[in-house]
Amino acid sequence: MEVFVQQLINGVTLGAVYGLIAIGYTMVFGIIGMVNFAHGDVFMISAFVALICFMAVTALAGMTGGAVFLALLVALIVSMIVTSLFSWTIERVAYRKLRGSFRLAPLISAIGMSILLMNFVQVAQGARNKPIPPIMRDTIRLFEKDGFVVAISYKQILIILVTALLLGIFWYVVQKTPLGRAQRACEQDQKMAALLGINVDRTIAVTFIMGAALAAVAGTMFLTYYGVVVFSDGFVPGVKAFTAAVLGGIGSLPGAVLGGMLIGLIETFWSAYFSIDYKDVAAFSILAIVLIFMPQGLLGKPEVEKV
Amino acid sequence: MMMEAPAREPVNFVGLLKDAVFAAAIAFGLFSLMLGLKTDQTLNNQMVLVPRPGLLFTVVGLVFVGRFLIGYWQAINAGKIKKRKAAATPLALKIEKYGTAAFVGFLFVYPMMVLGTAGPSGAIKWIDNFGIQILIYIMLGWGLNIVVGLAGLLDLGYVAFYAVGAYSYALLATSEPVKEFMAGAIGPTFWPLWAFWICLPVAGILAAFWGVLLGFPVLRLRGDYLAIVTLAFGEIIRLVLINWVEFSGGYAGISSIPRPSFFGVPFNATESGFAATFGLEFTPIYRTIFLFYVILILALITAVVSTRLRRLPVGRAWEALREDEIACRSLGINTVNTKLTAFAIGAMFGGFAGAFFAARQGFISPESFVFLESAQILAIVVLGGMGSLLGVVIASILLVGGVELLRELDFLKAYFGDNFDPAQYRMLIFGACMVLMMLWKPRGLISVREPSVFLKEKKAVSSDLVKEGHG
Amino acid sequence: MRALTDPILKVQNLTMRFGGLVAVNDLTFTAGRGDITALIGPNGAGKTTVFNCITGFYKPTTGRMALRHGSIDIDAHVERLTDTPNDHVTNAEGSLYLLERMPDFHVSARAKVARTFQNIRLFSGMTVLENLMVAQHNPLMVASNWTIGGLLGFAGFRKREKAAIETAKYWLEKTKLIDRADDPAGDLPYGDQRRLEIARAMCTEPVLLCLDEPAAGLNPRESLELNALLRSIRDDHGTSLLLIEHDMSVVMEISDHVVVLDYGTKISDGTPEQVKSDPKVIAAYLGAEDEAEVEQIEAEVGL
Repeated sequence: MEVFVQQLINGVTLGAVYGLIAIGYTMVFGIIGMVNFAHGDVFMISAFVALICFMAVTALAGMTGGAVFLALLVALIVSMIVTSLFSWTIERVAYRKLRGSFRLAPLISAIGMSILLMNFVQVAQGARNKPIPPIMRDTIRLFEKDGFVVAISYKQILIILVTALLLGIFWYVVQKTPLGRAQRACEQDQKMAALLGINVDRTIAVTFIMGAALAAVAGTMFLTYYGVVVFSDGFVPGVKAFTAAVLGGIGSLPGAVLGGMLIGLIETFWSAYFSIDYKDVAAFSILAIVLIFMPQGLLGKPEVEKV
Repeated sequence: MMMEAPAREPVNFVGLLKDAVFAAAIAFGLFSLMLGLKTDQTLNNQMVLVPRPGLLFTVVGLVFVGRFLIGYWQAINAGKIKKRKAAATPLALKIEKYGTAAFVGFLFVYPMMVLGTAGPSGAIKWIDNFGIQILIYIMLGWGLNIVVGLAGLLDLGYVAFYAVGAYSYALLATSEPVKEFMAGAIGPTFWPLWAFWICLPVAGILAAFWGVLLGFPVLRLRGDYLAIVTLAFGEIIRLVLINWVEFSGGYAGISSIPRPSFFGVPFNATESGFAATFGLEFTPIYRTIFLFYVILILALITAVVSTRLRRLPVGRAWEALREDEIACRSLGINTVNTKLTAFAIGAMFGGFAGAFFAARQGFISPESFVFLESAQILAIVVLGGMGSLLGVVIASILLVGGVELLRELDFLKAYFGDNFDPAQYRMLIFGACMVLMMLWKPRGLISVREPSVFLKEKKAVSSDLVKEGHG
Repeated sequence: MRALTDPILKVQNLTMRFGGLVAVNDLTFTAGRGDITALIGPNGAGKTTVFNCITGFYKPTTGRMALRHGSIDIDAHVERLTDTPNDHVTNAEGSLYLLERMPDFHVSARAKVARTFQNIRLFSGMTVLENLMVAQHNPLMVASNWTIGGLLGFAGFRKREKAAIETAKYWLEKTKLIDRADDPAGDLPYGDQRRLEIARAMCTEPVLLCLDEPAAGLNPRESLELNALLRSIRDDHGTSLLLIEHDMSVVMEISDHVVVLDYGTKISDGTPEQVKSDPKVIAAYLGAEDEAEVEQIEAEVGL
């Protein structure tokens, strides 16, 4: 029971990170029907940007409690901006021209982009693990039984709160603003949306920016939580977040968050109760099983074959 | 009626400059943190930031100049109307026909040419790193071409079958029980000498079996989903190979895999070795040359079989499946079996290539079967032009050979200092090439389809009409 | 009209539901051998759904579709066959197939029911001839010993392939496409594509050919040629036809038997003459609510 509660807390934290990345996959798939393979690497870049920012601020302001908080805040905001810029540039350079072309082309281009980004970071920042000094190590003890302490750390609280807040803002934008309406219109029919005066290019660009901003939140949280990042950190979290998006029903925003939570929980429970070695095997297996047996996901719409 | 040539508008330099400044500003935003500051660890494990303003401004400057030049080039080409290359299609078929023949001829004399120019010690590198390496990818490309190019099933996990082939051979050849059994039944030298030739077909069959096994559950999937599931399968196989240490040796892999013999004559310095048997002076080059011809023959078998398959009902059904699955079903084609044969035959060639890879290296580990390999093989097929055998050859030479050439650019150290290692940019350039190739030629280098049967005249089909399948 | 004396297809109580929507409701009709049977009705009446059920692309919610080869008595055998788990029965007189039990490709390969599509589905990147060769996949596959004989270059396969090319040539001449044989199917004009799809379906040697709006988008001359082609398929090849059509001039001109659907339900069934004068049909097409209104409309239009 104690282990269970503790893993639940850990799983939700991890799930928040996956959910945030998954939204980027699901939105882009919804609007232009492509798997943005480079999204995981965009997430990795955001963690690097946050790392550099955090180090720059703490180098100037020291490592006191207030300075760390300030550094995290700056890192989050700067990372959201820079990552959005990356995502915008990727869309503009590598995808826009291929929209409506041969269907494999954007996917191949995205895979190339993923390789490019990963190796760019490796060349620019080195191949070694990049740690940050331990921060916010304090925890709140929830209860204790037979010597096993169930605790929630400040980091975890922060991650869950920030995720919830940003998801709220994001939800409002997508549901209640003209921008969100334009996005949903482009999802249905880009040509018609263009005829009705919607700037399709801009709407798609904004979609990429929004996805990247949320991935940047995830990246900053990831860095805070694990305290280390390396250039190859985009691939596996990227695949897991994609799994989350598919599990929730690709194209569905609440589905992405739900899927992220489920994947986070499955991963932590799998590691706790079965085998930590096979945790990635479990993630990939879930991906395959979901795609094969319920490709519409939990909250997606089933697809009817048209003859 | 004569069309009057449209008067070319003067190049708008102010606009170009604006674009270039904008691009430079974006580049500054992108790179000021990622390039401008480098995270480094000091000797006592402290993380520090090292500013690199010089690098940052060089890159931003390059973006500025690059954007300006691209804009200028676009502006001066803006008025020209591209001709539709209808006349070029028969030519493309001719190139395919004679180009392939000429290339095969060249390959047969290639080792001798290199040997003559570079001498025995210098030739190993050119035959092994370039010849054999490229031929392995050509073979893998031709194998994957059956699945992706012909049947239109997008497979991102092809490296799994390469791994199955490699591990099948490695495990069988190094297995003590098999060795003992063979020693008891035939003789102690039999198995180490003949293991490769016996295991090669076994590896192919096992890979084909895995192709069917992994292909079966994904038959209903289409498009990107199929790609992602195959990627997941590829990763699962690799992760199992890493974690199941008792079976596969885990990260450490399998070493001292027997090398192929010259049909029973080993390549070593002993008296019964190849050099002694044929009265030659011992050098390791003979083994390399022999391996070159083995992979050349294997690749040619792949090419001949896939060319023939295209002209058989099963090959035509693959292509029809790529064009329209529902129409196929309405014509009585069992699409399940058709897809599975494509998976199985494609996987089989991957398995052959894998067994050869294990035999050539003498050592394998899961590191050789990462997703990047799948991406690389797929890039070769797509860049070559789906379905074109010659295209795969050209793409392999460009991608594998080009990247391999980077290792040879040591002279650049004279300009950039001793710390400059061009090889570390290999994958960076590879990724950029994939993107640029898609932007430039999304249909691949050779983008015409050759009909499998004709009545009067063989006309090439423009790739604009060819569908890419649902995967 | 041979639906009663010599049926080839008997559809009984066919119902197809999609979620809450009833696309086809308890439809029963018979198509006669050697007849051209037309299935007509306003847009959304469920005609294409019926086609998709007959050709195996949809599994009907309930209902039975019995097709016969030869002279086997449908009524005498169909109940017994339904009680077995089999999808067909064969005796000296012929074979009886239950189409609702067969996967789509078996409907074509075994029951010999071919079809065309409303939105043409050609293999557009393959040549016209290749399209017709794909249609002969199954016999060629047998001739190539399931690829092995073909791969080794056995003579039997090459002979069979020549025969297949001859069959293709025959249908290309018949559909006036012989000059375009080596052109990609996607390059053909619309009317040619429609004919090519019919030629391709005929290359599977069907006993029943289902055409989904074959005249859609054709000009009047092409429409006339199509009529001649369909008649020739019926008369020269003994293939029965089932067609969905909106063009009444085609329907009334060539059909032997007309079935009218509205909102998934059969409202009329008979010869073209009978159907034309059926008040229910007129009401369905003109949108009248009840009989009285129909009479009123008839008076107005001068019937």
